[in-house]
Amino acid sequence: MKSIDSLKPGAHAHIVRLGGERAFRRRLMELGLLPGSRLKLVRRADVGDVLELEVRRSRVTVRRSEAREIEVDRIEPAPIRVPLPAGNLR
Amino acid sequence: MTASATAAPLVALAGNPNTGKSTIFNRLTGGSAKVGNYPGVTVEREIGKVDCGGHSVRLMDVPGAYSLAARSSEEQIALGAVAGLPPHERPDLVVVVVDGTQLTRNLYLALQILELGVPIVVALNMVDLIEASGARVDAEALEETLGVPVVPVCGSQGLGIEDLRRRLGETLENTGAASATWKWKPTDATLLEDVRTVAAAVPHEWHAGDDERRDALALWAMLSIDESDELEGLPEGLRSAVRQAHERARDAGRDLDEEIIRTRYDWIDAAASDFLVEPETAGPTATDRIDRVLLNPLVGFGVFLLLMGLVFQSLFAWADPAIGLIETSFGAVGEFVAGVLPEGWVTGLIVDGVINGVGSVVVFLPQILLLFFFIGLMEDTGYMARVAFLMDRTMKSLGLHGRAFVPMLSGFACAIPAILATRTIERKRDRLLTMMVVPLMSCSARLPVYGLLIAALYPPDADAPFAQGMLMVAMYVFSTIVALTCAAVLGRTVLKGPRVPLILEMPPYRLPHWFSILRMMWMRSSLFLREAGTVIMACTIAMWFLLSFPRGEEIQARYEARREAAATEVQVEELNSQEAAELLNQSYGGRMGRAIEPALRPLGFDWKIGVGIIGAFAAREVFVSTMAVVYGLDAETDENSDTLREQIRAQERPDGSPLYTPLTCFSLMVFFALACQCMSTLAVVKRETGGWGWPTFLFVYMTTLAWVTSFVVYQGGKLLGFE
Repeated sequence: MKSIDSLKPGAHAHIVRLGGERAFRRRLMELGLLPGSRLKLVRRADVGDVLELEVRRSRVTVRRSEAREIEVDRIEPAPIRVPLPAGNLR
Repeated sequence: MTASATAAPLVALAGNPNTGKSTIFNRLTGGSAKVGNYPGVTVEREIGKVDCGGHSVRLMDVPGAYSLAARSSEEQIALGAVAGLPPHERPDLVVVVVDGTQLTRNLYLALQILELGVPIVVALNMVDLIEASGARVDAEALEETLGVPVVPVCGSQGLGIEDLRRRLGETLENTGAASATWKWKPTDATLLEDVRTVAAAVPHEWHAGDDERRDALALWAMLSIDESDELEGLPEGLRSAVRQAHERARDAGRDLDEEIIRTRYDWIDAAASDFLVEPETAGPTATDRIDRVLLNPLVGFGVFLLLMGLVFQSLFAWADPAIGLIETSFGAVGEFVAGVLPEGWVTGLIVDGVINGVGSVVVFLPQILLLFFFIGLMEDTGYMARVAFLMDRTMKSLGLHGRAFVPMLSGFACAIPAILATRTIERKRDRLLTMMVVPLMSCSARLPVYGLLIAALYPPDADAPFAQGMLMVAMYVFSTIVALTCAAVLGRTVLKGPRVPLILEMPPYRLPHWFSILRMMWMRSSLFLREAGTVIMACTIAMWFLLSFPRGEEIQARYEARREAAATEVQVEELNSQEAAELLNQSYGGRMGRAIEPALRPLGFDWKIGVGIIGAFAAREVFVSTMAVVYGLDAETDENSDTLREQIRAQERPDGSPLYTPLTCFSLMVFFALACQCMSTLAVVKRETGGWGWPTFLFVYMTTLAWVTSFVVYQGGKLLGFE
């Protein structure tokens, strides 16, 4: 278990724990990023100091300082076939 | 007519941001929509008439949202509009636009709306892109699963819009017949209990006895209410019920937010296999390839600077011919009218008040149109999200939103379009903060003032273009530093708000929809003309009155006699200019200039400059022509006129020392850089904030800042021994 900040671009992971302020957690969860959900780190942008994540086929950016509170388990090697429904990993 | 218009059914159009909702709105309404405000707030609402299979309905655009859950009073509007909570009118039907390429996330909002018990029709948009993404969506199966009509559409190409009209008409005819299969079914007895206790505190006028609706609103409250929310009109009982429910849950090691959100997503995911096939992984998309360049720290930033340079250049230079044309045309019309009508104050009112007033409003249009063209293009293609992404770190350190960058940059051209452009910022607090500092950016109307004063600093034979250029640059740097400092200070004091996490969607790049862009340009311009324009016009007439009354008949009679005695045309013109100066100096504006002299003297200014400052309230560049009149020169004089420069250099204080010392010039430039010498800016801020409170604050704080800084420059300079 590690912070999402430590992932390399292109890495897939699923969320173990969603920390941070309530507003931050709630918005991420409403975008479909719940504990157990899969995500991909698309890129880290040093100019903006933000991370771009892929979740449910959409791209979401979060500030790195806020994203530190997202703890993930890396899925290795990259994609594992997970039978649908994909969001039901409990 | 009006009676039948109000009787027409109300249909709300909701959806996530970036789903092509506004394109569908424009397709359905054909650009007939009118802009008004949501009841009780200054948030714009568009309503257009749509013919749906024989039914004439009113289609209302609802602000784009990922969820109905809200933190701010602005996000709260989505719930109010969709659910029809008082004072909102209850819609008869809600169209939920969903992006088929991101279906599961888009359905989350649809479920929330279903919970409220409002009849819905789902517009499954971007069907052309679904297959391209390697996925397949079965619209009929989705219809079966949701229990509501699902219409595949492609807003960008206008496909399926007729089907959508037809299904809307059908659904309006037999609302109630179609029943959603989805129901809120808490599996956990404790959660059910929480919902029920909160539901008991939901005001009766919100649910009107409908239990399902009451539970849905309880869920909304449980997701939305917290200590630092900015929601409005919630009863204290509901707040405390929600607080207690969260406390109980926390004590039991549960997270209510997660439980509520998960239930919805679990249902979507469990049902998804019936209507959705998605490839597990997809290769890099076109968006990925573009972003690899555009978000690259080096290349991407270079492209960004180039694009911003283009926007700036267009506002600064390309708008100029159109602005010049508008100015000359209105000047010509004014001259023509002045020639036709008999001389007198009525003609003055028509020419200098009304015609000049309309001209001073219309003159902003080229820049407004250009800026909104670029903004529309950046929004529509998806680049605007990248701007926020690239600028977030820089802007955040100043307390500004990443999206404030474009308005701030536009402020170098003109504060009017820049303030209108703050619409692209979602949160009210971020928008206000941007509006409060944009007028500090050195706009192009300050250039003639700087130009005149910098030229006056140097003797006519001095060959120092470099030093003059450097001074000009210094003024820009100075104004930028002050603006950013004020942003940092105001953001931590007057406009302090809860810190908001940045969670931005990066939409895929898409081709722009030209009609939507043109419509937005037209809408922004017509709103400006109608609402800010009337205020600017009234101010122009007020300025005309201040500078032309009392009329000074005695002075006019005296000059009339002297003109008759004059031998040459040149003498007559000289007399005209002298007369204008005397008339201006004894006008109310001239008297005000004298009245404020004690306040200006510590800054190194005399009453004549005071008259110029008052005249410049119409627009900063008017300072130049006002000073020309004050000094008895032709009013057509511009900042490059040698006679005006000579006059300025020749001005003396009562003790015989020169008035325009370098120190006075610096002090005056600083004053013009910082003071809110622009009634149009105040008019636009009034229109955008919906009241006189913020424009008053803006005027007071900028003028105070200008006075204090000029004071420090002038008095400090004197103490240090400068002239």
